Amino acid sequence: MANIAEESLTLSPADLKAYYREMLFVRRFEEHCNTAYRKGLAGGYMHTYIGMEALATGWLNSIRKGYDYVITAYRDHAHAIVLGTDPVAVMAEIIGRKGGTAGGKGGSMHIYDPKNGFFGGWGIVGGHIPLGAGLAFASRYRNEDRVTLNFMGDGASNQGVVFETLNMASLWDLPCIFIIENNEFAMGTRLEYHAADKELWKRGLPFNIQSERIDGMDVVQMRKDAQRIVDWVRENQRPYFVEVMTYRYSGHGAADQDRQLYRTKEEEAEAMQRDPIARLRAQLIEQNIMSEEALEAMELEVEEEAAQVMAKAEESPFPDPSEVYDNIYTDMTPEQGH
Amino acid sequence: MGLDMTYRDALQKAIVDEMERDENVLIMGEDIGRYQGTFKVTRGMVEKFGDRQNRYNLRILDTPITEAGFAGIATGAAMAGLRPIVEFMTMSFSILAMDQIINHTAKVHYMTNGEVKCPIVFRGPGGAAKQLSAQHSHSMEGWYAHCPGLKVVAPSTVADVYGILRTAVRDDNPVIVYENPGLYAMKGELPEDPDFTVPIGKAQILREGTDISLVGYSRMTHINLAAAELLAKDGISAEVVDVRSLLPLDTETIYASVRKTHRAVMVYEDWRSGGFGAEIAARIGEDCFDDLDAPVVRVGGLNVPMPYARVLELQCIPDENDVVAAVRKIS
Repeated sequence: MANIAEESLTLSPADLKAYYREMLFVRRFEEHCNTAYRKGLAGGYMHTYIGMEALATGWLNSIRKGYDYVITAYRDHAHAIVLGTDPVAVMAEIIGRKGGTAGGKGGSMHIYDPKNGFFGGWGIVGGHIPLGAGLAFASRYRNEDRVTLNFMGDGASNQGVVFETLNMASLWDLPCIFIIENNEFAMGTRLEYHAADKELWKRGLPFNIQSERIDGMDVVQMRKDAQRIVDWVRENQRPYFVEVMTYRYSGHGAADQDRQLYRTKEEEAEAMQRDPIARLRAQLIEQNIMSEEALEAMELEVEEEAAQVMAKAEESPFPDPSEVYDNIYTDMTPEQGH
Repeated sequence: MGLDMTYRDALQKAIVDEMERDENVLIMGEDIGRYQGTFKVTRGMVEKFGDRQNRYNLRILDTPITEAGFAGIATGAAMAGLRPIVEFMTMSFSILAMDQIINHTAKVHYMTNGEVKCPIVFRGPGGAAKQLSAQHSHSMEGWYAHCPGLKVVAPSTVADVYGILRTAVRDDNPVIVYENPGLYAMKGELPEDPDFTVPIGKAQILREGTDISLVGYSRMTHINLAAAELLAKDGISAEVVDVRSLLPLDTETIYASVRKTHRAVMVYEDWRSGGFGAEIAARIGEDCFDDLDAPVVRVGGLNVPMPYARVLELQCIPDENDVVAAVRKIS
């Protein structure tokens, strides 16, 4: 399907500097998450965004933050941070503390910040896709011009409920952008082993949804494509289906101990050549936007900031046992006790 | 004097009254609009709130036959501030939507630590209708009442279904409204007060008695009333406790009755093993042990997939004779 949306965005040097800093911060943050997991501070399932940073930065800087709706699966730290959630609260949630975004009740997979338009943070592959369409349904119902970004992984694109949702989103003209973050792996199962047609972008076509595939490793192009699509959906009040090609440098989750079970070191090294952060760094130098010294200073600053986030999160106490029944309902508790 | 109407019409009146009161209230489901609803609960509503020719009417919305998808879309809409009523053509079809309801809807408020509310109603007929056989006759209320985060109600009278549904729509939490198809044509009286509502979480005594408590909900309450009538002829005074709400469960009213009568029979249409009636029976046994003169007895549906032949179907569903037999066992 031809691109029907027009690209018109120009990015300033200040934008590029800001994106570099933001993506770098997300990566440092995620590295601290991995350390926290290894140290036993974080438990359960935890999935980092390392290698995919350009997607969160590209998409979430293209919307009206705090007005538009965003929902994603369990690889959700970056979305919250880029939308403006206090990273200390995100980290506190990841290590199960009272100061976390959900008071320690959600953990890494369930980060929320509705004040910033962020509706999670969901753990069942593909399960949140109808919820995202429901957010868009509400804005359509109220005749608002909000756009909903509905993120999923390539693995989720096989779930039945996703197809059900695409049908209804098109049928009812929901202003919802379905975004496949195609990092080439559904956990440890490579795209070619889980998808009958590897061109996932085509899955919007049978539902008469405007669909395309774009690159997610170049943040500049990512940002331009995202703005073009967001503007089109806001204007036309129709859904959109986008497959964004990216790569997950980390394992599926922190519990994924052996990536060689499903890919080679050579493949990883090749993919590292496309690292969105290194790529932008080279552009900043090449275009004389930042000097090597200025970049190093910024990198040090970001590293310190991430370390401080970790330290502050660790200061937050664990939730009190008395809170366990809080917020199951707005106005009651279930039967209590063992 | 109140208004005489059927349980079905009381349901519609509650939906219409709430939609007129609050424009955030909408109803969606399979064939509820142009087709007028499989059980005709929404008959005439598409003309009232929309236009048959419109491709879609968001307030009374015909959905594709994709229960998981529209249950999830309604949940997302509720998270964003709407108050959807979702009709399942039968509660048996809600099984397709259980991942959405149990793993998403019921978790919204807790997983956001109270930051997001999910005011949504899922309603529809549950239990046996007539010869719909094994795949269309499930009693799902116990599955949902097992799950923290949901409220589950099962009203048995015309006034209650109207009053409780209105309360359910205004509730900030997800509420499952279980309607037994055997009640839709039942007539009753609705109070004329336009602001009439019934709170969720209150059981009621529909017939006073001194010798035994017959505890049930939805259509089984009427079976218990019929059984009480039969027992009265034999000089046994049965009290009929209409549970109305499974989650929250009004144990206070149930226990007060048992403490008076010292005997209890728990009656439910769902499979006898592991149905929600078994939970209520266990709680009575645990908390009222010293007041009981006999073990609590369960009367439930036979533990079989619902058969088609009418004679077999009727065999599976508890009736007043089964209740009377259970009473005799402990009297």
